Amino acid sequence: MQEDFKNISLKVNGLTHRLLVESRRLLADVLRDDLGLTGTNLGCEHGVCGSCTVLFDGQSVRSCLMFAVQANGHEITTVEGLASSGEMHPLQKAFWEEQGLQCGFCTPGFLMTAYELLQQNPDPSEEEIRAALSGNICRCTGYQHIVNAVRTAAKEMVQAASEPVA
Amino acid sequence: MTTTTSGHGHTWIGKSIRRREDPDLLTGRATYTNDVKLPGMLHAAVLRSPYAHARIVSIDTSAARALPGVYAVLTGREALEVIDPVPAFCAEPVVERAIAVEKVRYAGEAVVAVAAESRYIAEDALELVQIEWEPLPPVVDAEEAMKPGAPLVHENLSSNVVYDQTFTFGDVDGDFARADRIIKRRLRWPRATAAPMEPAGAVCQYDPASGRMEVYSNTNMLNFVAWTIAGTLRLPPHRVNFHPMYTGGSFGSKHVIGKVIAIAGALSKVTGRPVKFMEDRIDNLAANDSQGPDRIYDAQLAVTNDGKFLSLRLHTIDDYGAYFMFAITGNTNMMSQITGPYTINSVETGIKAVLTNKNQQTVFRGAGSDVGNWVLERLVDEAAEELGIDRREIRRRNFIQPDQFPYRMPTGNHYDSGNYPAVLNMALEKFDWDAWREEQERARQQGRYIGIGLATCQQRSTYSATEFWFHNPGPATGLTTSPESVRIGIGPTGGITVTMFSPFWGNSPETLAAQVVAEEFGVDPTDVSVTYDSTYHGLPSAGPGGSRMTVMLSGALRGAAAKVKEKMFKIAAHALEASPDDLELSEGRVSVKGVPGKSLTIADIGMKAYWFKFDLPKDMESGLEGSFTYDHPFTTPPQDDRKDLGVFYPIMGHAVHIPVVEVDIKTGKVTFLKFVAVHDVGTVMNPRSLQGQIQGGIAQGIGLALYEEVKYGPDGQNLTSTFNDYLLPTSTEVPAIEVYHHETPSPFTAYGVKGGGEGGRMVAPAAVTSAVEDALKPFGIKIDEMPMTPEKIVQWVAQAQTRTAQP
Repeated sequence: MQEDFKNISLKVNGLTHRLLVESRRLLADVLRDDLGLTGTNLGCEHGVCGSCTVLFDGQSVRSCLMFAVQANGHEITTVEGLASSGEMHPLQKAFWEEQGLQCGFCTPGFLMTAYELLQQNPDPSEEEIRAALSGNICRCTGYQHIVNAVRTAAKEMVQAASEPVA
Repeated sequence: MTTTTSGHGHTWIGKSIRRREDPDLLTGRATYTNDVKLPGMLHAAVLRSPYAHARIVSIDTSAARALPGVYAVLTGREALEVIDPVPAFCAEPVVERAIAVEKVRYAGEAVVAVAAESRYIAEDALELVQIEWEPLPPVVDAEEAMKPGAPLVHENLSSNVVYDQTFTFGDVDGDFARADRIIKRRLRWPRATAAPMEPAGAVCQYDPASGRMEVYSNTNMLNFVAWTIAGTLRLPPHRVNFHPMYTGGSFGSKHVIGKVIAIAGALSKVTGRPVKFMEDRIDNLAANDSQGPDRIYDAQLAVTNDGKFLSLRLHTIDDYGAYFMFAITGNTNMMSQITGPYTINSVETGIKAVLTNKNQQTVFRGAGSDVGNWVLERLVDEAAEELGIDRREIRRRNFIQPDQFPYRMPTGNHYDSGNYPAVLNMALEKFDWDAWREEQERARQQGRYIGIGLATCQQRSTYSATEFWFHNPGPATGLTTSPESVRIGIGPTGGITVTMFSPFWGNSPETLAAQVVAEEFGVDPTDVSVTYDSTYHGLPSAGPGGSRMTVMLSGALRGAAAKVKEKMFKIAAHALEASPDDLELSEGRVSVKGVPGKSLTIADIGMKAYWFKFDLPKDMESGLEGSFTYDHPFTTPPQDDRKDLGVFYPIMGHAVHIPVVEVDIKTGKVTFLKFVAVHDVGTVMNPRSLQGQIQGGIAQGIGLALYEEVKYGPDGQNLTSTFNDYLLPTSTEVPAIEVYHHETPSPFTAYGVKGGGEGGRMVAPAAVTSAVEDALKPFGIKIDEMPMTPEKIVQWVAQAQTRTAQP
């Protein structure tokens, strides 16, 4: 086997990391094993289930289908980056409120996909939510509570944005 | 029989409180098996057989061993030095090893395992293994496998028919002779797979000095059957410590996972290092113990002309694949509710279990009772059609009535309680049948095909272990308990901790524990601390399966709370100079009844229990905790002749599903227009949590009805080894499902709760099939198989149109 290592720089959840990685090493493995961010889960490792979804410069990607070297110089957000100052993101709170999860394994992927959706469309309809989430598989919930959670979060976020800053 | 639809005088039970489990899961802090990282840990990968049936002539692992970073390469023969066969709960001599020896029996069976410093290097090493194969003819069709002269999957058996038995309960011949009409269908239930989002895995850490092994694995029955896995690892059970892990779904697939643990354990024993083996999705779909029933039925229902059901005859050929881990449990399971919610006098059920060159069948959510529901409801719909009776009416005429409980059904199992007419009425109230019939008529005039489905089914819960062995002839033997334990401890400052011994697998055990303890002690559920313990400290706990956890944990929690409260009352009585009988506990305070000023808080009592020995009654031990092991609330042994199986699955829920579908006859696509589900699982502990379970189960049922099937080619290749091929429903296939709860409490369980974890999947396939058949009624199409894929629907319609076009 020919070994082929590269120096890369990744900004993950706001922190910059310099890493020496094998070129074939997946972004998911670097996040999970090298940086200890195990919130990103691997469900299929062939790009179908969406459990490993992270944001790449704000856009959702499957971290199991991307080499870490491809992310060199880019910004990654994982589920660990959603909460700030110990407070859950409105999406996380809404998933808790609506019980938009059961086993929780697919949940980080759904959160990241939903986060992207609400960035692009702050007030999506149920149909738009279902379409946006259709690339993520959940085997536990039947999706309804997830859809409810995204709608609840959207309302919260729109309301919070419209409130004057004190 | 009391039936209530709301309220049972509880403060916390029955409330949709937010789950305790969720903050860790939502922020990425929960620790799943794949998140475990130990110093010096190696990573394993497995080479799988490319053949369904072949002899291993030779294996050359020298190049793999020479690869830098490789610590160990194990063939099946080498693994014989460190591990024994994986646990199997069958009486027949069907032996399965974690790594195949001499021959492989399905495509995907493990042949070589490697431990290396990374998964990448382990997989590189697998590519360097050279194997000489002698391919054997595969048997991939159960009916072919039954024929004399068919290649044998296991040469030590004289036939691939590993089990063949007919059970008769009641006067089946007499009832069939008395019948006006026999409804007959040949039905086909497809092989499906659990496919939880998290594959199975294990990190095993063997310490050669002490001879002990730590196991971090998402196996679910750790305090029940892990001692049998210790046997596989060739270690005494008290030297193997299984740690409960957060589990990313199971649906039956992670009860044991013996192969995965055995592979990681064998490599750890050989290397002396911790080894992680995590299935990837292809490992999981090829070889996990997660495939469900694969049955052909000859099904007959004996009826009278006025629509009364008399007797049932079901004969099945069930394709078990290459091994026989749980024997015919999937078939014994459905004997608990085989006659459904109906007063059917007698039943005959014949089971031919056949071995083939496929991954083995184990159990998948519903565990065979899902199949029984579908088969019975197919017959009931057909009876309604042939007799010209409305589908609702024929069910009403046969329902067991509310005053008939506890009801002994023909196999000897009992149904604890129920009110089936009320559940159907509630569903029909939520669903406007007549309006949808009109809509269906309007649509048909426009060339659109809408169908209304109806299924009224049982959802048994809370197994007694007799179902695992009563199919074996002779006197009662074997595994006969199914306990669940908890420990409740109160500390010196009054904090309450609950310890459980079954892991989190996707349901809400921590939330349930907090709710019950809050109810029992008059505290807020957010103040209760909930944790899990490993097998070194564990009490008997059978773990999730058979919709038992809410029932069994509730019983265990109530029992442990009673022990703790008894001691609290003794301490308080001593301090307050009162009789324990005159005390009451409410809002976190033990008071003398009628004298509110005379009281102690839980913290006061905790402090005395831990620190003030002289304040305790004479001879009382210090400390304040109680453990309780709750055994099955109502079970009896089977009779030796098996004409009566005894009570083994009596906590009986019920559900009615009414979906509406539109079938596009050009594309074969099925779209849901509405889906009403009413479930009765006794007292509801947490309505939102149960609703989620039901919706998720229905989604799996929709998947089975329309999309999911594990397919093998004629050469035995698994054609559905990725999620590109094994199709799971997504948010655009699963509709918004309206779930309603009806509550008929169980007289046998704590708080009257029944299990509801499998119900959605146990009922939905029957309801969806009924809906699609109703939609295609203008074509005279009878649906006898699933999944009802677009290709099949288009083909059925084309065939029907050809039939009608012919003179």
